[in-house]
Amino acid sequence: MTPAISIKDLTKTYANGLEALKGISLEVQPGDFFALLGPNGAGKTTAIGIIATLVNKTGGNVEVFGRNVETHVYQTKLDLGVVPQEVNFSQFEKVRDIVMTQAGFYGLPRKQAAVRAEKYLKKLGLWDKRFVRSRTLSGGMKRRLMIARALAHEPRLLILDEPTAGVDIELRRSMWEFLTELNNEGTTIILTTHYLEEAEQLCRNIAIIDEGRIIENTSMKGLLAELDSQVFILDTMEELFELPEDAPENTALNKVDSHCLEVSIQGDKNIGEIFSFLSSKGIQIKSMRNKTNRLEQLFISKLRD
Amino acid sequence: MFANHKFVALETIVIKEVRRFSRIWLQTLVPPAITISLYFVIFGNLIGRRVGDMGGFQYIDFIVPGLIMMAVIQNSYSNVVSSFFSHKFQRSVEELLVAPVPNYIILLGFVIGGMARGLAVGAIVTVVAMFFTDLQIQHMGLTLTVVLLTALVFSLAGFINALYANSFDDISIIPTFVLTPLIYLGGVFYSSQLLPEFWQSVSALNPIFYMVNTFRFGILGVSDVNVTWAFLILVLFAVGLFGSCIMLLRKGTGLRF
Repeated sequence: MTPAISIKDLTKTYANGLEALKGISLEVQPGDFFALLGPNGAGKTTAIGIIATLVNKTGGNVEVFGRNVETHVYQTKLDLGVVPQEVNFSQFEKVRDIVMTQAGFYGLPRKQAAVRAEKYLKKLGLWDKRFVRSRTLSGGMKRRLMIARALAHEPRLLILDEPTAGVDIELRRSMWEFLTELNNEGTTIILTTHYLEEAEQLCRNIAIIDEGRIIENTSMKGLLAELDSQVFILDTMEELFELPEDAPENTALNKVDSHCLEVSIQGDKNIGEIFSFLSSKGIQIKSMRNKTNRLEQLFISKLRD
Repeated sequence: MFANHKFVALETIVIKEVRRFSRIWLQTLVPPAITISLYFVIFGNLIGRRVGDMGGFQYIDFIVPGLIMMAVIQNSYSNVVSSFFSHKFQRSVEELLVAPVPNYIILLGFVIGGMARGLAVGAIVTVVAMFFTDLQIQHMGLTLTVVLLTALVFSLAGFINALYANSFDDISIIPTFVLTPLIYLGGVFYSSQLLPEFWQSVSALNPIFYMVNTFRFGILGVSDVNVTWAFLILVLFAVGLFGSCIMLLRKGTGLRF
């Protein structure tokens, strides 16, 4: 199957000598929901800039649905929608005009552009704001507007560069739902984010980029399987007086307070075993939660490697 | 990109540009009309009466073509330079760059926008002029062609300025230190025949001198320069600047890093 995006040996050195990309290669399959993670300054935005033809590459090759972005400019741009990290629409234009103008740049006549604007502004909860000047929108609304704008020409591949940065939790969740729905309808999505929970929730495959190099490129499932320890917080029904001795192998117990226990388990140990052990000691568990975000743990360890 | 898609993209840019300067008409359309009215009152009426004839015409009649041209030049240039630079500054130019719009469509869109403002202000100034003098146009075709070409040339020049500009200072340096002196020394207020021979030769190096004189020939039927030669210079400037703009856009100057 032709990949939605294929990047080969992509390099970028800026005029000031900064080597932002040191030969990255990457493939994303059609229909995928792909996460591109990395710390600040890792090269994610540069890579997206090159794909979107906003940044000149130094070397390498980028293809969108099998077509080179430099030689098949029209078709590749038609297939691609980009939601940038920074707000980049005119602050003086009205919301609906911004989406309609973008549709016009893709050759959609005004009637059709108006239909698209209505469709995506409604989906993203901005229809009520359609006649409002964009500078008056909140940060979250501006981000949603950029998504609506990027979808105006209904691209097959949507790249979002930190779309939920600075967005409150409720709004972030609704954006996740929207993006999942869009992906289920067949749009390939590439997402960069600092919220690792977001990548874990949404994405099937993942690449980690650091200092201009891809240091990991695998499935989310495969990456999480690499975790060799997890920490859970257990709330107990009754007051906890002392820690039970002879905990199961590869398990460490710590008392957090009178009603709370921290359990660290190594490898693929079954959590059920821990529950049975605690139950045998007369400790009943009321609730349980993961102490740290699993992906976050892995991400940090990968960067340290 | 299909031809009809290109046309829609061009139409979109032009509508956006015209909407922009129309929305802020108090900043874009009214000030030139007021400034030029003051020129007519002070230079045309008050001082002009004492100046007497210039080039065989009353002074106010003599300066009308130059003042219309001045408005067209300044407004064509400033519309494109300020609009395109603010697109760069707000990064909304990326909306265009990610879309499949060919470079020449981007250029044409902004240039048509600049010409529209230049010509709109030119028309307003012409109407204002009619309150002060009886305007008779001798060569309508030539007058319209020259004003169109001039608006085109300065819109293109404004586009190049915007491409290279990195700050708001950069978009005011050329209009203040280059364009304004060239306009004032381009024969708007005087006939070059008044100048000593040396300064007449220097004036011959000023492209605006040819534009003002060709336009004056269109309206009054008199000119300090050979009209055919001046027309050719205008066309050469237009072609040269258009080619330069396309080359800069292809290289991504000031846009892609």
